[in-house]
Amino acid sequence: MKLKTLCAIAAALAIGHGAATAQDKPAELKIGISTFTSGPASVFGVPGKAAAELLIDEMNKAGGIGGVKVTPIFIDEGIGGDKLLSEYRRLVQEQGVRTMLSAISSGNCNIVAPVAEDLKVLNVMWDCGTEKILESKRYKYVVRTQANATTEMVASVLYLLKVRPDFKTIAVVNQDYAWGRDSWEIFLATLKVFKPDVKVVAEMFPKLGASDFSTEISRLQALRPDVVLNTGWGGDLDTFVRQAGQRGLFKQNVTFVMPLLESSLERLGGAVPEGIIAGGRGDHYWAHPETRDDPKHKDFVAKFRAKTGSYPIYPTYHMAQALVGLKTGYESAIKANGGKWPSPEQVADAMRKMKFKAYGREITMREDGQGLEAQLLGLTKRHPKYPFAVIDQMVLIPAELVTTPVGQQSTTWVKSINPGLAKVLSTDEFKPHDFK
Amino acid sequence: MPSMRLAVVVAVLVAAVLGVTLWVPWLKTPVLIALADGLAVTGVIVLIRAGQVSFGHAMYACLAGYGVAFIGRALHLDALLLIALGTVAAALAGAVIGMFMVRYRGIFFGMLNLAFSMVLFSVLGKFGAVTGGTDGLRFDRPSFAGVHLEREGFEIALLALALGLAVIAGWAVQYYFRTVDGQALAAIKTNETRLEYLGISAKRVFWRAYTLSAGLCGLGGSIFALTQGLVTPEMGYWVRSGEVVFIAVLGGSAHAIGAFIGAFVFSFVKLYAAALLTAWQLVLGLVLIVMVFVAPTGIFGLIEKRLRAKPAAGHGGTP
Amino acid sequence: MDASLILLALMDGVSYAALLFLVALGLTLIFGVMRILNIAHGSLYAWGGYFAATLGLAITSLALPPALGLPALFVAAIIIGGLLGTVLEFFLLRRILDKDPILQLLVTFAAFMVLEDLQRLIWGVQPIFVSDVVGQLGTLEVAGVTYTRYQLLVLPSVAVIAFLGLRWFLRKTALGRQVTAVTHHREIATAMGVNTNRVMWLTMALGGALGALGGALASPTTSFTPGIGAEMMVLSFAVVATAGLGQIGGAALAALMIGLARSFSIYLMPELEVLMPYLIMVAVLLVRPEGLFSTVATRRI
Repeated sequence: MKLKTLCAIAAALAIGHGAATAQDKPAELKIGISTFTSGPASVFGVPGKAAAELLIDEMNKAGGIGGVKVTPIFIDEGIGGDKLLSEYRRLVQEQGVRTMLSAISSGNCNIVAPVAEDLKVLNVMWDCGTEKILESKRYKYVVRTQANATTEMVASVLYLLKVRPDFKTIAVVNQDYAWGRDSWEIFLATLKVFKPDVKVVAEMFPKLGASDFSTEISRLQALRPDVVLNTGWGGDLDTFVRQAGQRGLFKQNVTFVMPLLESSLERLGGAVPEGIIAGGRGDHYWAHPETRDDPKHKDFVAKFRAKTGSYPIYPTYHMAQALVGLKTGYESAIKANGGKWPSPEQVADAMRKMKFKAYGREITMREDGQGLEAQLLGLTKRHPKYPFAVIDQMVLIPAELVTTPVGQQSTTWVKSINPGLAKVLSTDEFKPHDFK
Repeated sequence: MPSMRLAVVVAVLVAAVLGVTLWVPWLKTPVLIALADGLAVTGVIVLIRAGQVSFGHAMYACLAGYGVAFIGRALHLDALLLIALGTVAAALAGAVIGMFMVRYRGIFFGMLNLAFSMVLFSVLGKFGAVTGGTDGLRFDRPSFAGVHLEREGFEIALLALALGLAVIAGWAVQYYFRTVDGQALAAIKTNETRLEYLGISAKRVFWRAYTLSAGLCGLGGSIFALTQGLVTPEMGYWVRSGEVVFIAVLGGSAHAIGAFIGAFVFSFVKLYAAALLTAWQLVLGLVLIVMVFVAPTGIFGLIEKRLRAKPAAGHGGTP
Repeated sequence: MDASLILLALMDGVSYAALLFLVALGLTLIFGVMRILNIAHGSLYAWGGYFAATLGLAITSLALPPALGLPALFVAAIIIGGLLGTVLEFFLLRRILDKDPILQLLVTFAAFMVLEDLQRLIWGVQPIFVSDVVGQLGTLEVAGVTYTRYQLLVLPSVAVIAFLGLRWFLRKTALGRQVTAVTHHREIATAMGVNTNRVMWLTMALGGALGALGGALASPTTSFTPGIGAEMMVLSFAVVATAGLGQIGGAALAALMIGLARSFSIYLMPELEVLMPYLIMVAVLLVRPEGLFSTVATRRI
């Protein structure tokens, strides 16, 4: 009986087994896309997946990439790091996938980046923000088509200084995990360059997924800082904003800085007051001052709303950037290869020397694989036409000013920023745009 | 079950696993994880022998994993050495914690283990400067037996080692059950007072068993850490401890081989249910409920019943 | 730490403890009567919250009077908690009463896994937050800090009423005395004519409703996302273990202890906040494994 069962299992596996052979101009371009469709980060993953489906559909209607149809295969990052690793390798070794878009979580990016190098497949980090991956090692097969944590935090500091140049005290309430800790570290180090005497009155790191911030809010009310930073997202940020509103924290003269608030605006509806410094991890927003009336952008927003019932948020734009970047990279590699289908190495190489444009400003890819993306920040404002807050007084900060140069570590570079940089925000080029 | 027959079956299974993973390369990772889980589950089976269940034993796998990560990052030692050190660290922790843990029985034993594991889990998540926080610690692939291998080669070597260790661990645990100590352990479940009357210290017997179980969990945790190249606090979360007990009952807690049967079934159902249905918890939960009513002796219990005319005394039966 | 901060920490701790107590109460009640630790209890908290949020949304969309918001929370808890409790008792717990304790635990663990996935399939993965009730009740100021009336008055009141109500029920009503009898010794109670099946069903329904009530009351102030059940499970378990399994009064004190420890640590040593419940649990169990408030049971040979 045992032998029979074993033979049956072996036969079943044999049917599923497919050799991963390289082909010239494949029948279809399979792309593995990892995203959270379960767990708290699914607030990013599900819209990201919807955007991917929408955009790939449109891409295929226009002929695909290099004339080849694109087939996405989705992996749920919510199954955990070890299972993600198994799935990742299964797609590469069993189904012959040579292009991966991974991941949302920085922890997962940390896992898959070395694996991509080992397996020699192109890996586009489409949403994770950790700057440490590309700064710690030179990768051949790993690129990032969006900005990173350093860019986002430095830009947030600059906007804060523009809006409230004379504050004295600051407190932070961040999620207790790598992003929450690292983002605060970079923010504070940058802030100290411009305001060496700033006083940190409280550093609170409630655990990721905390459901109750009432004690943190009580403490903030008692301490009355001038500025409060919260780089949280998803349910955590929602709960914090709602509880803060219920407790009247927004009525005090506190300036809140919430670099990931854009993704929660529609969900929070009337709970968001005016005057919060809001960011969206890059220069994208459905009402982007420069691309709002761009027909392609309008079309995307309309189609996305029709598909999901919501406005696009930053992960959907990150997905768009990844796909457009991928397409540009492939086309560039094909051209450099004399019209023949390129290997993942050739595409990765091409993606280090190109510029592309999704629904924001043009993004330049650097030699270390890091994308240079401008940052959009603004102040929340209520608008009669929308049941949720919108972003007003938008400023676009170019990436070159706020991104760690190639070869340097963020933690050391931010300390060496020129304090005079703050003045650049009062020049005409950085006049804020109103929401229209 | 006659040991000759069992030996043949085990040999066939090992050969099958090796053959299949060499033929279908991507299977190496899930098989390694199943083997690591299986080793941890043998540890839990040792405790179940005494009628006790710990809802915190994942903490030993977690401790060993973090030990491997810390030492790997600091000293860049060989994989074999790392596994040994991780296992020893877990066994030591088990010996220390066991010193006051073995006073408890039943639900209190389970609860205290849970409490310790949650303290460890919270500490690992909170003190990120040292432990890497909730994102965990990454470490580079070490050499294997002195040789620096590419990912493929390293995994094949690790797989062969894990298979070997699984067989040895399974055999060792079964041998242990047949010794005086192991029989005394079983007596803790049936009638501990009588054991004391025999002059055998139940606490000492249990303490030895607890240390062994911690070491086995640590062995599993070390292999898991080397497979993933990353350790996270999730390795020690209470749900993970529950899954380990789950696997023990699923596979059959009467015999060490049940640990591995259960681990393989669990791993692959989880992988495919997650890929196809995204509701793997639902599937596995229902499977377990059915198993408890229909086959409380687990998969191995079912197999054993079919392969024998009548049960031999001292082996098998209800856990 | 000056007096006003101590007052603030006290108030934060008490409101958090109130929710914790309600959930722990259900758990300890079920254990007392059925001698089974219901690991699926955390899911009842989650389902209570989700269902209450759904009811709240229904009230708004059907344009019903907003004053229904607060009672709706209780209705939601009773419906979903009672229903799930009954289902669990009838299909699972009743049939494993005499099985090996390890198997009993695993069955409830499996039920927990099933309920977690079902919850995700029904309500999805987006955070749910329905907070109109809190806004209706307004705020009040203490020591310069604004609290919501909901948090400061409603939650602790419900906890106190639940505690007193349950005590009165168990001591003064016939059915309650039967529950107490079954808690002491199921076999003898059956021999004395108590309908233990009915008592167990009632206990599961009541315990389930209490767990769900914790969730329902938390839903106006908290975002509900997948995974919240697992976390509440282990927290309420810490309360119950610290107090002593089956101890109701003890659960109130243990919940207060843990709630205050947590809120004080946020003011004094924020890094230790997540550790506090488990440190307390370890400390108590090492010294008194039966819990702080239980009576030592005589050992049966």
